[in-house]
Formats: sequence, C-alpha cells, structure tokens
Amino acid sequence: MLEKLLSNLATPRFGREYIGGTLPGLQSIPMPQKVTLLLNGSANPKEQLLIKEGDAVNTGQKLSLSEEREENGAYVISSVTGTISAIYPFTGDFGRTYTAIDIDTATTETRDEQFNSLKEDPTLETAIAYLSGLPGNPPLALFSNAEKPIRTIIINGLDNDLLVATNQYFVVTEMDNIKTGVEILRKITAVDRIIIVVPRDYVSGIGEIEADIAAVDAQYPEILPHNIIRHILGQEVPAGKNFEDLGIAFFSAEAVASIGEAFESGEIPVTKTLTFIDKRGERTLVEAKIGTPIGDVFKTYSISPKDKDRLIIGGPMRGSCIYSENHPVLPDTDALFVQDESDIARVSDYPCINCGECVRICPARISVNMLIRFLEAGQYESAADQYDLYSCIECGLCSFVCVSKIPIFQYIRLAKYELSRMNTAEATNG
Amino acid sequence: MVDQRKFIVSHAPFWHSGKNVAQRSYGIIIAALPAVLAGIYYFGMPALGVISLSVSFSILWELAFNYVAKRPNTIGDGNAALIGLLFGMLLPATAPFWFVITGTFVAVVIGKQIYGGIGSNPFNPALVAVAILMLSWKKYFDFDGMLINYDFDFTPFYPLVALKAFGTSAIESISILDLLLGRQVGGIGATFGLGLIVGGLYLIYKGYIRWEIPLSFVAGVFLTSQIFNLAGADRFAGPAFHIFTGYTLIGAFFLATEDSSSPVNVIPMLLYGLGAGILTVLIRNIGMFPDGVVFAILIMNLVNPLLDKIRPKAIGKVV
Repeated sequence: MLEKLLSNLATPRFGREYIGGTLPGLQSIPMPQKVTLLLNGSANPKEQLLIKEGDAVNTGQKLSLSEEREENGAYVISSVTGTISAIYPFTGDFGRTYTAIDIDTATTETRDEQFNSLKEDPTLETAIAYLSGLPGNPPLALFSNAEKPIRTIIINGLDNDLLVATNQYFVVTEMDNIKTGVEILRKITAVDRIIIVVPRDYVSGIGEIEADIAAVDAQYPEILPHNIIRHILGQEVPAGKNFEDLGIAFFSAEAVASIGEAFESGEIPVTKTLTFIDKRGERTLVEAKIGTPIGDVFKTYSISPKDKDRLIIGGPMRGSCIYSENHPVLPDTDALFVQDESDIARVSDYPCINCGECVRICPARISVNMLIRFLEAGQYESAADQYDLYSCIECGLCSFVCVSKIPIFQYIRLAKYELSRMNTAEATNG
Repeated sequence: MVDQRKFIVSHAPFWHSGKNVAQRSYGIIIAALPAVLAGIYYFGMPALGVISLSVSFSILWELAFNYVAKRPNTIGDGNAALIGLLFGMLLPATAPFWFVITGTFVAVVIGKQIYGGIGSNPFNPALVAVAILMLSWKKYFDFDGMLINYDFDFTPFYPLVALKAFGTSAIESISILDLLLGRQVGGIGATFGLGLIVGGLYLIYKGYIRWEIPLSFVAGVFLTSQIFNLAGADRFAGPAFHIFTGYTLIGAFFLATEDSSSPVNVIPMLLYGLGAGILTVLIRNIGMFPDGVVFAILIMNLVNPLLDKIRPKAIGKVV
C-alpha cells in the first residue's frame, strides 16, 4: 500500500485502493437487542430530566435531557423502537462528557411522525432541530452562527483516512440522494457555492448535479480536508483557524445523502454505513443502526477479537482506540478496524535522533524535529509560537515514519488539547 | 460485563513504516565495510586489530556509561559500534592499543553520552575523538611516521603532507586510479575511494543519509581547490587530488552526514555541506594541518543549529 518511488529519494506516498469497479458488498447488521445513544453533555444529578428509565421510545423520536439543552442542539434521534433501560454518564476521548442512553429494542418498530409533517417545507430550522445527528454528522449548527457566515459548502466524497471507503461508497451508489440533499442545502442555506469533491475516477459517473464538481487525486494525505481546500480553492487554512472562519463547511457525502433521504421520505435515517476492516485488511461495508454495539458487527462476521487485539474506530492513521465491544456505532463512525496483536506497532521513549524523516514527509512543512523537542519537554506554548504547532493538519505521517518510534502525532494532539484547556481556563478566570 | 476481554488501547497512527534506529546503524556499518576490508587488505592484520578494538571498546564504554549513569542499555541500537567503526577507520593501522581505547572513550563518553546519548550530541562523536587525540598526540596521526615499516608497492608517503611540504611537484607521481583503488597512505578506512563512494551511494539509496550533504561537500571541495589551483598550480593541487585523498570522501559520506549534528532542511543541508567542503580546502591549503576535514566538519557542526533555522514556511503560518 505504501508506494515508495526509488526508495527514499522521493517522498513516500500512500496510494489508495479505489472501491470503484469492485464495490465491496454491503452487509446489514441485524437489529441489535440493545442500542446505546450518546448525548452531548452530562446531566445534573438534581435535575428533573425529560427522559427516564422505562420510557418507551419510537424510531426517529428526538431524545434530550431538557428543553433548554435541546434548543442548544444536544439531542439524539432514537434509532430503534423500545424502552430506555439505563441513563448514565459517559466519557469519551479527551475527556468529552456524554450522557449514554441504553434502549432495549422492541420486536415491532414504530416510526415517530413528528418530522414527517415538516418534510414538505424544508427549512434550516427544521434541519438543525432534527438532522444534526444524521449518519455522517452534518455540521448544520454552523449555519446558525451569524458571526461566521458560511459561503461555501464542500461535500466530501472522499474519506479522511486510509482503507476507509464509506463516502466513496455513497458517491457511487447513493448519488440520487446526494443530488436531493444538494438541492435542499441550496434551498435552506444562503451559500454561494456548493462543491462536491470526488476521486478523479468517479467524475464521469456523476451526471447532472446542482454543484461544482472537483476531482482530487485520492492519495493520502492529499485527501485530508485542509489539502482539499488548498487544491480546489487555492487557499491555505491559516494556522489555528477553522474552516468556518473561512466561510467553509465540510459535509461528508453520507451526511448530504442522509439529508436528501430524510426530506424525500419524511423519515430520519438512523442507519450508519461504515467500512469494516478485518485483521487481514479485507474491507466490507456494513450497515448498522446508530447505537449498535460494535460487538454485534463482530458477531455478524463470526469474528471474535482476542485479548490484546486492538479495536479502532476510524482508519489506521487517524482513528482512535476503544476498550470495549459495547462501544456503540456513532453517527461519525466511518470505519471499524480490528488489528491483531502481532500487527500492533509499539511506540518507544527513545529520543529523537534528528534523522529528518518527519520533516521531509510533513505535508504542512513543519520542522517536526524541533517541534517534538518542545513537546517532549511540555513547552506547548513555545511549540505553538516558534514551531508551528497549529499548522499541523493531523495526518499522522510523522509518527508513521519515525525511526525512534516517538508518538509524535499523539504529542501534537495532546499539546493542542492542553493549550485549549489553558485558554479556556484563562477565559473563564479573566 | 465482568468477563470482558482486555484490548490494547493506544493512539493513532496504528501503522508504522517499520524503520528503526538499529537498522539505520547497521546499514551504515554495512556501507562502510568495503572501505574497511580494503584497508585491512592493504594494511594487514594491524588494521584489523585497530578496527576490532575500536568497535568493541566503543560498545564497552557505552555499556559502562549506561551502567554508571543508571540508564537503560543502549548498545543494541548499534550506534556505539558505528562510532567505533568510523573512529577506527580514521586511524593509522599501527595505532597503539591504549590510543584506540582512549579515543573510543572520548568518542562515546565525551562525544556522545555526556550530552544525553544518541540524538543529543552537537558534534560528530568520532570526529571529537580524532580532534582531541590529534591535538594531544600529534605523532600518532602522522601517517608517514606510523606506517614507516610498511613496504608498499605504491607511493609510500601521505599525499597531503607531501603536497603541503613540497608543492604539486611531489604528488605528480600519484595517479587518480591509485587513489580510487585505495593504493595510498592514510587512515584504515579512508583510502579506498571507490568503496567509500559505493557505500555512500548505497546509504543515499537506502535513505540513511541525504544526497544534499555529500554532494555539496564534494562541490565545496571541488570549487575551492579549483580556485586555489588556478591561482597557483605549483603550490595548490587540483580538485581531483583533494577529493580522493585524506578524509574527504569518508567525511562527505559518513562523517558530515551524522544525524544529530547535521541539518535536516534542504537549504541548510546544502550550506552545511558546502561550508564544510570550503573549510576543508582552506585548512589544507592555508592552515597548519595537512588535512582539514576533521575541523571543517566540527566547525560546521557548531553552526548546524543556526543553519537549520532556515526552513520553509509552514502551511497556514501567519507571520
């Protein structure tokens, strides 16, 4: 997979396997006995909650802890019909807090009709109020921020990691829904431009669409959002700025297809498509209700991960590990990757030998050899001021090539997280 | 819930290119072998003795330092062996045993470990040792004196000294082919030009060193010696002579390219190599030492951190 031209004379590049001609089959995961939905924010112990254990819920029903929270966008759409069996706090990566809601599924499925009545007249309010948790996590909340108007929507038909093929699958198979989604986005938002980004090979298959089509070489790390913006808009994202600061919103192809499907059918889609990558690197596409424990995916494939294997949400370069088979499939779970114990690359605490591999591979032209020295010493502010910490686009290639096996990527993420915590603390304490 | 399996949890990326430090060190050692074997062929068993002693004592010093400093054992990364090999390659074949042992101590302990070990040394450890020993016991680096008992079937004197003392007329008899094939007086591993070039190209091919440094080093030597040669052909030898004698080639491919003490960005690498090449010829032609490679590279090591500040603007950097 790693194509190296003339050994090390040229920068190593990852080729990407197109799913193009040979689409992996789509496997549906049967209705799970229990789903877990994650709701942003944690409940106050004394608070009177809108939902409680024992409540019956319908598929497509909106669940939230309180009306105030619901208005701020903290809601989930129930993906099944059943009864709430447990509500408990849940901590995600980097200490993010969630409230987990377990729902035991019932045998018959009933659809919630609330959204159906709104489908005839699509508005931004409806979309924000019902569709923020769609498969693919459309960033609809960005449009309600008047300070940062969104001028351009980029629909990403590529996936932001190696091996992952979820969005490519949507570009190939769900173009009709994407087209509907584009029409709706045009109607409900005031954007000047909608661009759909697809791998070069797919351009001819798209046909009529109310959006500009941009073709990108599907190579890692060119497929990362920062690089896509640079290629198609000729614009560099200033260090430390978000896409919305530039007036750009990134939608995954899956999210746009889901928006299209929602308004077309009047039913909020609750099925997430993800790429399942097994230990041998074989890929299949999987359809599962949001909230399905990933253990159910393994059961469908009769795979049983061993002790000391690694379960990864996302792809091999940028994913994150989970520690339990009960972890649910979330709206942004694009891939599930199982790695065998023997394939696991270990990191080390060896010092940087200054070989320069990371400097040469860095797509953001950061002096990683110097940056890592500051990061290892915990001097995050100097790292940001002098050595371009915020220019990092988080591709993970520096860790991939590191001769000393330093977890550079993790140091960078940690530094950004610590700095953001410091800034928040400064802001709240005046 | 109780009988849950325990998975390994770690952070991205979950793949690694598989390169490691030991592979790198041993790769460089392999690349140096042709030159070492040629040295043993021309200088005989004493050369083998010096090389073996140098490699083994470098490893022992590193082991001893790890033990004293209560650090994890690092000899497995091959770096100490590499330093020992390079140091041995620079010595005359008849260097006495205590000289080699002292030199490896200076290289490994003073040149590398007291700065914090691999990756932290500001200077090339082998060159630090050569410089200190050269200043302390000058006569052991006098190749003519050291190799006096040899009966060579080629020019039996150290070309650089002859050039310095008698001008270009003294070196007219030396053919470039002899220099390339190692038929010259000099350090054990520094004479076989062809072997060093092949080894160096192998290193570039494998990605253990970058082409910028050796190329600009040789270019620096070439340009400067050409200018000197044009100014006074009777006193100053031409570029080919300077490139194939003394430590030039081993310096260009094996010494100047040491990871920790050389730059990583492209323009700094070019400047670094060029600077070392120019200084080499300046020291040879107008300095007091016959060969300038050792001090030229050490001086460039010194400015390396400054040079490496010349770097491309990072993406999205707001000045």
